[in-house]
Amino acid sequence: MSGILVVAEHADGTFKSTAAELLGKATELASALGTTVSAAVLGDAPAASLGGFGASKVYQASGGFVPHDSGATVDALAAILRAADPDIVLAPASFEMRDTLPRLTARFDSAMASDCMALRIDGGKLVGRRPMYAGRIEADVTLSARPAFASVRGNSFPKPDSNGSSAEVVAVSWEATTPTTKVIEVLKPETRGIDLATADKVVAGGRSLKSKESFDSLIRTLGDAMGAGVGASRAATDAGYADHSEQVGQTGQTVSPNLYIAVGISGAIQHLAGMRSSKVIVAINKDPEAPIFQYATYGIVADLFEVVPALTDAFKSA
Amino acid sequence: MKIGVCAKITPDADARIKVAADGQGVVLDGVKFGISDYDEYAIEEAIRTKEKHGGEIVSFTVGDSSADKQLRSGALALGVDRSVLVTDSAADPLGIAKLLAAAIAKESPELVFTGKSTIDDQNFQVGTMIAELLGWAHVTQVTALEIEGSAFKATRNMDAGVRQVVSGTLPAVISCEDGLNTVRYAKLPDIMKAKKKPLDSVSGVADTGAARSAVGNLAPPPERPAGRIIEGDAVTASKELVRLLRDEAKVI
Ligand SMILES: Cc1cc2nc3c(=O)[nH]c(=O)nc-3n(C[C@H](O)[C@H](O)[C@H](O)COP(=O)(O)OP(=O)(O)OC[C@H]3O[C@@H](n4cnc5c(N)ncnc54)[C@H](O)[C@@H]3O)c2cc1C
Ligand SMILES: Nc1ncnc2c1ncn2[C@@H]1O[C@H](COP(=O)(O)O)[C@@H](O)[C@H]1O
Repeated sequence: MSGILVVAEHADGTFKSTAAELLGKATELASALGTTVSAAVLGDAPAASLGGFGASKVYQASGGFVPHDSGATVDALAAILRAADPDIVLAPASFEMRDTLPRLTARFDSAMASDCMALRIDGGKLVGRRPMYAGRIEADVTLSARPAFASVRGNSFPKPDSNGSSAEVVAVSWEATTPTTKVIEVLKPETRGIDLATADKVVAGGRSLKSKESFDSLIRTLGDAMGAGVGASRAATDAGYADHSEQVGQTGQTVSPNLYIAVGISGAIQHLAGMRSSKVIVAINKDPEAPIFQYATYGIVADLFEVVPALTDAFKSA
Repeated sequence: MKIGVCAKITPDADARIKVAADGQGVVLDGVKFGISDYDEYAIEEAIRTKEKHGGEIVSFTVGDSSADKQLRSGALALGVDRSVLVTDSAADPLGIAKLLAAAIAKESPELVFTGKSTIDDQNFQVGTMIAELLGWAHVTQVTALEIEGSAFKATRNMDAGVRQVVSGTLPAVISCEDGLNTVRYAKLPDIMKAKKKPLDSVSGVADTGAARSAVGNLAPPPERPAGRIIEGDAVTASKELVRLLRDEAKVI
């Protein structure tokens, strides 16, 4: 057997947008290689529906599968890889896949390209383009072992529409062999409506907001007026102005929206690492020398306490 | 308890990194090196673990002989007891993991700390690979850790801001995330003492096999079009910004 296998992640049975994005890209790569596309699903989700995005077969590990258990994820995926025997494995660059794919790469004595933003086939081999040095350099990684593993950032490829086809579903049984940990508690952030990672617009505030109260009354109010997700710098989350889950950057979320507004954020390397691929970046900062201006499409050099209320009004009446 | 910690020597986070003329590597002349940021958290956590539970800390590095300087000032001076420097080179992340796993196996610690990722290659791979090669449990992106006997409890960062608390049994590889601890700085007397601590260079520790992947075509990210500063008072500038976002950039 051969082909391209896509790991289709889902949240409680609803496939994440990366599933369709990766299947669409896999279909394109598979036609270049003259091979087929299949998908891997862990746990209960409508596996057959992935046929609509180009998967001819879906390997599904269910029965006793514990979601988010890292040892179970490794063992279930390993069983699917043995059944499907793919040349290429594509997965989302999620924290969960970060946790498990390298372990599989070692188990199969193979190679992996992490956090890819683009994929292509060159001389029959998978090549992933990925960031290094906090995104200040990009490089190609050519994978010459099989299965070749690549994790891919969300929003890297267009999301195709389903053509309504159904895939053949193959149930895969698996055995727990990896020494694992037991999940004893899941701490969910307060839900705020808009998921940062996939948001179309993001407004983020930094240390300069000075308090949780002004973060709420300025940044969240602007976010509501724009219909944007709310993000923050580490200085703002460390100070408790915003929730840890809202941190954007090397440690927090990687975002790639069409519009990113950075309010009172200096533009440290670790913050840039999480948002520099945003399509349009707006910087509002009173220091004209702030590094963020080097990346900004539009900038306003002024006191945020004056600009943000005015901008909120301008959005409301737009 | 014997504690291992992996520490890579990398250019400082804010160092100016230039791509070589042939695009196949980076130019590191005049660049300052130090221990990779997340490995600093790993070293700090190893020291805190020893302070609570006693034992010995051994650090593991794959690098060339110039790593000596940073290991003394960034690991041994802080409280690492002994450093092992593997001078073999590896062609890919799994190769590095094989070298580290072999060096770790010789020392047989009960627990190994790594960074969540290096700040140069940022592969997010080597720690988890070491766990697989040693047949140990692993926990990635850890922001809190408690150890009692051979049991541990760790909090790790998950997608969409979710955190998960997991329990497990040693031996394990723990990959350290920003937020786990606050790193300490070396005091002058410790820097002097570190000069006498053992730092063993070793080579030929493992056969890493042929290269399974290759890195090339390095370049800075595509350049962003030059930005524009919007002038005027707060109200005028805000109105103009909204107009530009709508009519020019077409993102609202
Ligand atoms: C290992 C590691 C990981 C990290 N991970 C992250 C991460 O994931 N995300 C992250 O954000 N950071 C991260 N950091 C921290 C990062 O280095 C910076 O310290 C942080 O991003 C700074 O946040 P800031 O821009 O809000 O604060 P500052 O750097 O203090 O900048 C504040 C800015 O506000 C401006 N300002 C002040 N008052 C006003 C006003 N009234 N009106 C307008 N502008 C004003 C100032 O001119 C300045 O530019 C990490 C650091 C390390 C070492
Ligand atoms: N050359 C190296 N020497 C020592 N440790 C390393 C090396 N490369 C990677 N590591 C460890 O593995 C972690 C993950 O590395 P990476 O997969 O490159 O992101 C790092 O934070 C280190 O703890």
